[in-house]
Amino acid sequence: MNTSLFYAGEGVLLFCIGLFALMVRPHLLYKILALNVAGSGVFLTYIALAFRGNGSLTDPVPQAMVLTGIVIAVSTTALALVLSLKLKQLTGAMRLPAREEEGSE
Amino acid sequence: MTVESGAMHAWPALLLLPVVAAYFAYLLPGFAALIGIMTSGVNAVTVMVLGGLVAQHGVFSHTVGGWEAPLGIGLRVDGMAAVMLLAAGMVALAGSVYALNYYSAKQQSREGRQFWPLWLFLIGAINLLFVAADLFNLYVTLELLGIAGVALVTMGGGRDGVAAALRYLLVSLAGSLCYLLGVGLIYSTYATVDLSLLANVTATPSLGIALALMTSGLIFKAGLFPFHFWLPPAHAKAPAPVSAMLSALVVEAAFYLILRLWFELAPMAITTFAQVLLGAMGAAAVLWGTVSALRAERLKMMVAYSTVAQLGYLFLAIPLMFKAGFTAWSGAVLLILAHALAKGAMFMTAGTILQAAGHDRIQDLRGTVQHLPLTMITFALAGVSLIGLPPSGGFSAKWLLLNAAIYHSQWWAVIVLLGGSLMTAAYVFRVVGFTFRHESVTTHTPQISALQEWPAFALAAAAVVLGLFANGITELLSVGTPLEGPLLYGSVP
Repeated sequence: MNTSLFYAGEGVLLFCIGLFALMVRPHLLYKILALNVAGSGVFLTYIALAFRGNGSLTDPVPQAMVLTGIVIAVSTTALALVLSLKLKQLTGAMRLPAREEEGSE
Repeated sequence: MTVESGAMHAWPALLLLPVVAAYFAYLLPGFAALIGIMTSGVNAVTVMVLGGLVAQHGVFSHTVGGWEAPLGIGLRVDGMAAVMLLAAGMVALAGSVYALNYYSAKQQSREGRQFWPLWLFLIGAINLLFVAADLFNLYVTLELLGIAGVALVTMGGGRDGVAAALRYLLVSLAGSLCYLLGVGLIYSTYATVDLSLLANVTATPSLGIALALMTSGLIFKAGLFPFHFWLPPAHAKAPAPVSAMLSALVVEAAFYLILRLWFELAPMAITTFAQVLLGAMGAAAVLWGTVSALRAERLKMMVAYSTVAQLGYLFLAIPLMFKAGFTAWSGAVLLILAHALAKGAMFMTAGTILQAAGHDRIQDLRGTVQHLPLTMITFALAGVSLIGLPPSGGFSAKWLLLNAAIYHSQWWAVIVLLGGSLMTAAYVFRVVGFTFRHESVTTHTPQISALQEWPAFALAAAAVVLGLFANGITELLSVGTPLEGPLLYGSVP
């Protein structure tokens, strides 16, 4: 029980670190990595909470959910990377343009 | 009778049809437009028949592959889902007809080929989101919707389009992760994610945390003030039919989920603080969105800011729902329907004007009515519903919300509702004022096909006459509603 809660708490911590980095890091690659860290934190929480004590079987449903979540995370990461590369081609920088710039077109 | 019984069993497959058609549209690019238009036609008929059936026979449920909850995936259509499906189906059909010409006129076959599969994915994802009956499946549909939406926004092209799409994607993913963490907490507490099994569960601290996480994720996705920063550029840069669908339904889908979570899971677990917080953010969104719309220099930006404001009304209704029950709830859902029709029409007219004039600077749009009389009439009609003048759907919806607020002495809500409507009138008439001004200098403008003008007009006309059918809609909404209370439609005591 304690081990499971420890890992679940760690997952939540990773989730928070990821969201924080997403907000403060301007570089797009960092932002995408931050989302992946946050996602891994969520998955870790799922897996940790699926543990039902020594001797009994682990709940398989959260594991199935995490598998689905990983598939989604891979595809969204791919989409984000493609868009970042496209933005780099167009602006020459791996960061989102400031909004004032955006309106001045 | 055979049609009825057929529809009663085939509706899950029919709602899934756009997803299947999307693959065919991708594999057979030559027929993409044909597949797209036929699928959205079938989809529109399906949601209309389904709405009628739900009104007659009550809630429909289906267990996918015969697997029962808690393990299986359930699909369910109640009154609210039926109304949302109806709104989506109508805007999607109008958008498809509009897109037929929008993309052939541009002579960019590559863009057209990319458009149809993604567009069909968007329609299919939104269908599935409205009927999904378990929390995890809702996460999957949210992501499907987000990916299709982001990819369609990039088609707006250019640096700004890609930047807007990327910002939208990052915000949307952060919101989804918050939601997903909440789902995990709920599963670990109640060992199920099925909405009907979770209905009215006993509140625990972890339920409160989970609901807070899921709600904040969905608020990001709904673009509620002050998390609206990504919304106006994304909606304004997208191609016109995409803007229409995103503004009319995709952001409202997040609000729809908040309604489901709050009122079906454990309405008792929602603290007064949370209600007031969401209501206050809604009121701030109304003011901020309307003022930004008034100050906007470009037409599409103005329409996008108007979406921020209209979403504010929906969140404003949440504290009212806890007091007035069904009246405020049906008012909010009716407002989603009315807004979907009006905003769909408005974004399509904005796209047409942009195409015809080559720009959308509001001040330089003098005399547009001379070239595009039908489009400008459409814009004005959509404006009538946004402002909330009778007999539009916007009027009936705001009337219900006003009644709910007055009956329970929520004067702050009355002030925001009425003040917001006045300011909405100001920004709508600002555009009408410029475009209806006579201009003697005739500039050359490209011919716009009727295929592009009439679908927008049909949506706007539907929004204006919707008020006459408000009774039928509220009756449909009462099917399977989690909220009680009389419909306060008459005079206030």
